[in-house]
Amino acid sequence: MKINAKGVYYRDLNERVRAAVDGGAENIDLANVNGQYYIGDGINRPVTITIQGVPGNDLAAFMNGATIIVKDNAQDNIGNTMNAGKVIVHGHAGDVLGYGMRGGKLHILKDVGYRVGIHMKSFRDNKPILIAGGKAGDFFGEYMAGGVLILLGMFSDDQAKPKHGFRFGTGMHGGVIYVRGPVDESKLAREVGVFELTLEDRKELEEYLRDYCKDFKLDLKEILKEKFIKIIPKSSRPYGNMYCPMPK
Amino acid sequence: MMNKRKSTHYFQKDISNCGLTGLISKTGQMVEGSVIIKSITLMHDRGNGLGGGFAAYGIYPDYKEFFALHLMYQTQPALQLTEEYLGQNFAIEQEEDIPTRQSPAISNPPTFKRYFVKTLPVTKSKGAGKFKKFTEEDEVVRHVMQINHGIEGAFVVSSGKNMGAFKGVGYPEELAEFFRLEEYKGYIWTAHNRFPTNTPGWWGGAHPFTLLDWSIVHNGEISSYGINKRYLEMYGYLCTMLTDTEVVAYMLDLLIRKHGLTPELASLALASPFWDNIDRMPTEERELMTAIRQVYGSALLNGPFAILFASNEGLVGLNDRVKLRPLVCAEKGDFVYMASEEAAIREICSAPDRVWAPRGGEPVIARLNKGVM
Repeated sequence: MKINAKGVYYRDLNERVRAAVDGGAENIDLANVNGQYYIGDGINRPVTITIQGVPGNDLAAFMNGATIIVKDNAQDNIGNTMNAGKVIVHGHAGDVLGYGMRGGKLHILKDVGYRVGIHMKSFRDNKPILIAGGKAGDFFGEYMAGGVLILLGMFSDDQAKPKHGFRFGTGMHGGVIYVRGPVDESKLAREVGVFELTLEDRKELEEYLRDYCKDFKLDLKEILKEKFIKIIPKSSRPYGNMYCPMPK
Repeated sequence: MMNKRKSTHYFQKDISNCGLTGLISKTGQMVEGSVIIKSITLMHDRGNGLGGGFAAYGIYPDYKEFFALHLMYQTQPALQLTEEYLGQNFAIEQEEDIPTRQSPAISNPPTFKRYFVKTLPVTKSKGAGKFKKFTEEDEVVRHVMQINHGIEGAFVVSSGKNMGAFKGVGYPEELAEFFRLEEYKGYIWTAHNRFPTNTPGWWGGAHPFTLLDWSIVHNGEISSYGINKRYLEMYGYLCTMLTDTEVVAYMLDLLIRKHGLTPELASLALASPFWDNIDRMPTEERELMTAIRQVYGSALLNGPFAILFASNEGLVGLNDRVKLRPLVCAEKGDFVYMASEEAAIREICSAPDRVWAPRGGEPVIARLNKGVM
């Protein structure tokens, strides 16, 4: 099913997308998208939505099981409180990606902005995975409570830009961040520490990256050429004593 | 669908943001107003109809030696008093109504007039100005403050050479229609779509805020408004627009025009790095930043912001230090674009050479090439 989104108001576009989903469409192609908000929000079925153009903010919020493929760049707030499914972005993406995300996958080919993976969480089998192939802004993994963030630093349009920003992992108290190559430890928050990957970590990471490489037709061997490090919180309650000392 | 009764209120959650967009041709190519209108209209839903506005540079080539005063009058007496004041303090080359067209979307607009003026020779100038080595620009600033502060119902919307601001209550595309902006051509344009949060939505409170040829559009909140305002008052700047953003226009005038800071350094005073980041800098840079923070502590803008500021020399985009508001930039040939959303740029430049998100606190500076204009 094809929808030409040129000049279509976001509310009308999303109504048409939802009607197509309710009508049992398996594949929905959106052409000429530019800036329409809320695409794919709350969609509860494993349908594939392919977007040509730049979708607006709040893509795939509360999404539960659908796949969204963005062939261009994307904007802010992708995958807010997403439950299941996948978003694949073939360009860069903006700030606050995966906010409170609790399942599913975000695969971004290039750079990501500030506050990526903020307050991601996991519970039992629900484990959100966010992979950024380029570089990241400040507050990567801020208040992260669960799930997996992976930063490759490989596919950026800006060679001079540092791989990651300041206040990396501020308030992080759960989950894990994998980074390809070294990090600048002076930019890490004091709540987190750098560790070596265990054999199990490596197996898990490879599994995530294999899927990522499939989406973008990349060579997994090339990505694995460099050593990865693991960043995890030192404490599960970093602010336990912030307002008053808590009993031990 | 057609006969469905329309409710007067839409009860779904409003999307609360401001939207901003701007462009510059570094070689001074003239761009029609329709281009920036298209860009800001894409972000219609970032505002709520309580404020929209535009700044345009290069629009008055026939009067480029004159200060173009855009005046807004809420009452007839305000107009009379102001014209009397202007007549006493300026040599007026040309005065006219700012062309507008009636629009159902715009209710009860104030009266808009523009005056192309020169300051009087020092010998004829009243007041203490002539003893203080006032420049022409200082004179204009003093009179702008005097009108805004002293004449009830009269406000200077802009006061620079070869530029003008057009703003009011409504969505930006409605104000563009009202002010017939498609009839203007400029080499720098900025636009704003307002969603007022802390201060009233009134005609003078719409963006851009201006002084001389400085103009600023802003998305965010300036929590340090009180400190900034008191600091500016010591230098004779009076805040009269009931909105935080006003301080930024005056601060730029003070830091760049009066104190001679570069736009880069002024940006670092407005959005200084945190002390812990300064501690990590190489010696020379650390000393510079320490000095900036010590001298210009009261110029620091606290709170979330993305701003675009322009002058006849160029366009600058700046985020707060932790990037709490969106800002995306793009380049195509000699054009530089800056906006709250990439889609607003792609709407008017579908295939830029480069698109990037600037870091918090790092100004993006696009200067007009030397010798142009």
